[in-house]
Amino acid sequence: MSPQLLGRLGLWAATAAAMIVLPLAFEQGFALSLLSQIGIAVIFALSYNMLLGQTGMLSFGHAVYYGLGAFVSAHVLNAIGEGGFSLPVTLLPLVGGLAGLAFGIAFGYVTTRRSGTPFAMISLGIAEMVAACALMFPGFFGGEGGIATNRVVGEPWLGISYGPQIQVYYLIAGWCFLCMIAMFALTQTPLGRMANAVRDNPERVRFVGYNPVRVRYLMFCLASFFAGIAGALGTINYEIVTAENVGVVASGSVLIMTFIGGVGHYFGPIIGAGLVSFLQSALSTYTKAWLLYFGVFFIVMIMFAPGGISSLIAVHGPPLRHRLLLRLVPSYALSGAALALLLAGCIALVEMTYHVESGAEFGSELALFGIPLEVATAQPWIAAAAATGIGLALFLATLRFVRRAWAEVNATLQAKEAEA
Amino acid sequence: MSAAPPALELRAVHKSFGRTAIINGVDLAIAKGERHAIIGPNGAGKSTLFNLISGRFPLTSGQILLQGDDVTGREPQEMNRRGLSRSFQITNIFPRLSVYENVRCAVLWSLGYRYSFWHRVGALDSVRARADQIVEQIGLARRRERLAGVLSYAEQRALEIGITIAGGADVILLDEPTAGMSHSETADAVELIRNVTEGRTLVMVEHDMGVVFGLADDISVLVYGRVLASGTPEEIRANKAVQEAYLGTESS
Repeated sequence: MSPQLLGRLGLWAATAAAMIVLPLAFEQGFALSLLSQIGIAVIFALSYNMLLGQTGMLSFGHAVYYGLGAFVSAHVLNAIGEGGFSLPVTLLPLVGGLAGLAFGIAFGYVTTRRSGTPFAMISLGIAEMVAACALMFPGFFGGEGGIATNRVVGEPWLGISYGPQIQVYYLIAGWCFLCMIAMFALTQTPLGRMANAVRDNPERVRFVGYNPVRVRYLMFCLASFFAGIAGALGTINYEIVTAENVGVVASGSVLIMTFIGGVGHYFGPIIGAGLVSFLQSALSTYTKAWLLYFGVFFIVMIMFAPGGISSLIAVHGPPLRHRLLLRLVPSYALSGAALALLLAGCIALVEMTYHVESGAEFGSELALFGIPLEVATAQPWIAAAAATGIGLALFLATLRFVRRAWAEVNATLQAKEAEA
Repeated sequence: MSAAPPALELRAVHKSFGRTAIINGVDLAIAKGERHAIIGPNGAGKSTLFNLISGRFPLTSGQILLQGDDVTGREPQEMNRRGLSRSFQITNIFPRLSVYENVRCAVLWSLGYRYSFWHRVGALDSVRARADQIVEQIGLARRRERLAGVLSYAEQRALEIGITIAGGADVILLDEPTAGMSHSETADAVELIRNVTEGRTLVMVEHDMGVVFGLADDISVLVYGRVLASGTPEEIRANKAVQEAYLGTESS
């Protein structure tokens, strides 16, 4: 067995172990529902990256296949509950996947004939069309209220009823693990490799015997299948599916997750799904302005780290292998401290403004990081503005050290490569 | 009946873009195993002719036959599957894939793996052997894990040829394979082309007369979308009309 394959197996084993142990470490209900949400988002974001990162298709309508998978599985779950027929809930995600696949086959036939901007526009059109259908066909989509369902159906099997959230978590974790492996394996097949070729240069693909339209179509169908699995897990987890699930906002959300995590590496969307889900649930309990922070974070990522978090991690691979990582630490610490000051200043300004804007109902005192601030006086404003200004100046100044440290590391790396 | 049909045959091929006629009735027959060069001044329609043969553009009228079969109007991927492969004048590779991946993508179809998503590509011995052989042949073994986009120009040109021949096509079309190369790079490229097209049919567009007269068994001169003359290098050199139209007096 090659060391590369061994390392990969080790990574998968560690991932599985983490997924098993995590809910035991965080026992609160909040953590468990967050972890369940992350598991679903990971499948969804990875399936989206099959389009964006691997085949170069920017879709604005991927939630269509998640949502339709969710609706179909909700109806199937209700039919099971009414005794219409029997199917273990454990296998319900497969129903969602097949529903996603069926709609992917139908809609993808139209959308994947074009690439680039036309593909993006058509995907948006289909998303709008399905969202409009959601209001026109209340029988299937449940109108404003959506379709409610009950995941506890049939007799418990080995004590598993999917009543308690912990059982649902392990169902999601199991499917998430399977899907992660399946989607990774797909990147290692002839179709997966040709998808990358189509992303890079669709014209040339035709002159090595492949039809790029067919490659895009197949990847699209498979991505829809995995999105449908995620949708069915959503149905089981939330026990309700609404029109929002097929909407453009949901499609935008998976795009943002995938982009923040990074489209260039397989593990990028996993990080993005985890981080964005965490921010969505955790940040929103602390501050009403969380969407503002989130938007700024997204813009900053796109502007300064277009490869996402995964590319920021990946650039540290070569220094790590040659034990040069420590040389970067001092400059990172300096810049990090300056950045912290800048962020603290910005956050204080935003929160105080928000406090003032939201009216007198909260009084004029605001507790931020445990510090009481009297927003009716000038001092906290001056302090926050000063922190922002000084933080920004220091941050820009210390970036020089980061650049210098990197230049040294790169020079050493090149010297080592030349030796080899 | 004559023996084998020509590897590639063009019959009265015409191509117009709007009202502008670029190719005005080209007839050409290239025998199996022949190395055929197409020369001509800028704007004569050489690249357009390649785009027609390889299926990139549809013909306005006329016929194209590959190994005796009528292949007029076939898509590029169908032409490739039938054993006709081309390179591009402007380097046309997969920039974000490694050298090895570039070549591997070009061998997959010919070995029958098509759109498979049930084979693990790393475990396919025939694919690995073929891709390794091509990478070795084009002299990029030391660069195999490099991203194609960061190779030097000459290396990218070699990779371009590697992708073109990887599928094992019988008819190879090379569009200005030595354009923009230095003298020593050109010499290497000529050696490479001679090597990899051994036993195959080669059609190439080339401006470097040293390369043309060094490699080609036969030459066709294309002027204003017509074949002005066709023959051995000696015949072309001696042809009065060609000298006037193209080669000029210097190449007496």
